Amino acid sequence: MEKTAYAPEYRVLTGNEAVTLGALAAGMNFFAGYPITPATEIAELASELLPKYGGKYMQMEDELASMAAVIGASFAGSKAMTATSGPGCSLMQENLSYGMLAEVPCVLIDVMRQGPCQGVATMPAQGDIMQSRWGTHGDHPIIVTAPSSVEELYRETARAFNMAEKYRTPVMVLSDAAMAHMSEKIRIPAAEELCITNRKKPDVPKDRNYKPYEADETDIPPMASFGDGYRWFVSGIIHDETGFPATADYEKIAEKLTRIERKIDWNIKEIESYEEYRTDDAEIIIVAIGIVSRVAKGAIDKARKEGVKAGLFRPITLWPFPDEALQKQAAKAKKIITAEMNDGQLSRIVKELDGTDGKIEKVTRNDGALMTADMIYDRIMEVK
Amino acid sequence: MKQEEKVDFRLNREYCKACGICTALCPKKAISADDEGKPSMINEEACIMCRLCELRCPDFAIRIGRMQ
Amino acid sequence: MEQHVFDRLMRDDKLPHMWCRGCGNGIVLQSIIRAIDRTGIDQDKAVIVSGVGCSSRANNYTDFCGLHTTHGRPIAFATGVKMANPELQVIVVTGDGDSTSIGGNHFIQAARRNIDLTVVVFNNSNYGMTGGQYSPTTPVGAFTRTSVYGNIEPAFDVCRLAEGSGATYVARSTTYHVQSLIKYIASGITHKGFSVIDAMCDCPTLFGRINGLGDGAKMIAAWPEKTVSIEKAGTLSADELEEKVIIGEFVNSSRRSEYTEKYARIIEEAQRERADLK
Repeated sequence: MEKTAYAPEYRVLTGNEAVTLGALAAGMNFFAGYPITPATEIAELASELLPKYGGKYMQMEDELASMAAVIGASFAGSKAMTATSGPGCSLMQENLSYGMLAEVPCVLIDVMRQGPCQGVATMPAQGDIMQSRWGTHGDHPIIVTAPSSVEELYRETARAFNMAEKYRTPVMVLSDAAMAHMSEKIRIPAAEELCITNRKKPDVPKDRNYKPYEADETDIPPMASFGDGYRWFVSGIIHDETGFPATADYEKIAEKLTRIERKIDWNIKEIESYEEYRTDDAEIIIVAIGIVSRVAKGAIDKARKEGVKAGLFRPITLWPFPDEALQKQAAKAKKIITAEMNDGQLSRIVKELDGTDGKIEKVTRNDGALMTADMIYDRIMEVK
Repeated sequence: MKQEEKVDFRLNREYCKACGICTALCPKKAISADDEGKPSMINEEACIMCRLCELRCPDFAIRIGRMQ
Repeated sequence: MEQHVFDRLMRDDKLPHMWCRGCGNGIVLQSIIRAIDRTGIDQDKAVIVSGVGCSSRANNYTDFCGLHTTHGRPIAFATGVKMANPELQVIVVTGDGDSTSIGGNHFIQAARRNIDLTVVVFNNSNYGMTGGQYSPTTPVGAFTRTSVYGNIEPAFDVCRLAEGSGATYVARSTTYHVQSLIKYIASGITHKGFSVIDAMCDCPTLFGRINGLGDGAKMIAAWPEKTVSIEKAGTLSADELEEKVIIGEFVNSSRRSEYTEKYARIIEEAQRERADLK
């Protein structure tokens, strides 16, 4: 899809607007969703803009149906997305797992809000870190990215589409209620900067020997679209390269599951993304994602004025987690402080990493308010 | 198609699960179950070529027509 | 000589199928294949979408694009497929539990939208895949593995549910009345809008056995007695109709526009507005 006609190079946008525009820039031509605070504006803008560029918007009856329609549209050749918040994301998990197993390119935006349950719908949180990784039943890889600014929401949403198309997998983007509604001036990247990627199409004969899940050395099978002449079958049952169930064969089951893990593992360096801030000589490493990473920088600057060598490690891709890079920092650091707007989900991930033993301190906030720089600063000064 | 043409009743014995639907519902009792419970044509003259045995076969096992 | 319809539209290498002896699902599937053949739709442009359950294995055996989805969701997946590419003929094969229990909301919402899908409900009054539990179409009093004292839940009438929700083609037939079943499915496919065909069929292994209804042959032979045509139903009293299954074409209307056609007009309008801005 062409770049939006009235997009100048710089614009003031909210996070939700940036998500929709980033998706359109990446080629989104199908959106299905269900209204939910604080993600609704993504759908509203999509409903207005998509038909202008020949795309389709559908308001489904619920989040189960939204994720299902997104997957159906992707099989028919669309670049499809949905956007929701924690409670809706829970409902999407069923068909998200379908997307994982059937290897369906699509993008799911989760604008996190305070939970559990309805929680506080209008307040930000980071409570879906674990849901984004382990929300479905069964084991599968997933790509989750967690931007920290309006501009990054634009770019990471576009990158999510590129990764979904390239690796044939659903990709999640975690935003939050604060970023969703805050306005920032952002630079709209030129189309060529976004390196728009499209799924690989099969080039084998369109006959009964076609195997929709036969992968080459990249482990990523090319993907036909319904209606383009290949007749293929796809199932949420574990299948072999023909797409048909292979439930009686342990080897085939293992082969399928290891291949979908491998196709991500092999590309981890390309997928993985993180930011380091003042870490060169840091003795205290703050680990934070999204909006919390921004206040963490303020806390670090303030601590450094007091002579405390603090730095920030910010995973941009949460999954796969940039563990090697963090382990390098952890090895040098005396203390690691995880700062997050939940009860310590990020902290658990960091705890699992080698070299972090006995070094981890937490600062958490889970009352719907934003974490402040002072909260992190105070913790730095306590543990220094 | 002439009436005197012979009936071509073909059964895929591998697909047939011997449910007995075709023989029970044949309006002319032209087919009958064999020892394995699978149908065979026993009275070609009676067959009116309604093809209901083929249409109601749940196993995709029956094909019926006239000999060419 | 023309190839047999099975050779053209079925995947021979997947047969024999997994269904039990005497199961009606094979007859419904065969009727779908024949109906598709009758409409002459392009084999490469048809997608058969299924949910989960015995019925939903049907598209394993057909030589079309097949999308075997999650339990209850096939209509929602099919909606995405159809919306993304309205040129595709999208047929949903689903069961009574799949479409009216876990997928009940998707069923009525898609009917309300009048999106051009053809939904064939393999209605055998119980959950077969999981061993025969009661479903929303199990008759009152019937025994199943979870209604061992007799079912106390009134059954959905799939056709009235579809009609009340806005479906623009609605019909019912049985595996006994196979010729009309084929005809209705074919009409549903050619109809532009949301079509529902309630295909009554038998589960002799579970529902039949526990209710003492005999084998598949006995069960299918009972349909003439259990059913009454829509024409004849008009002449009968409510008491006479009690426990009768009405078969026939209930709705065949082109009064409401189809969803993807309406959306195509939105795209036209939005693009015109955009061109005007330039």
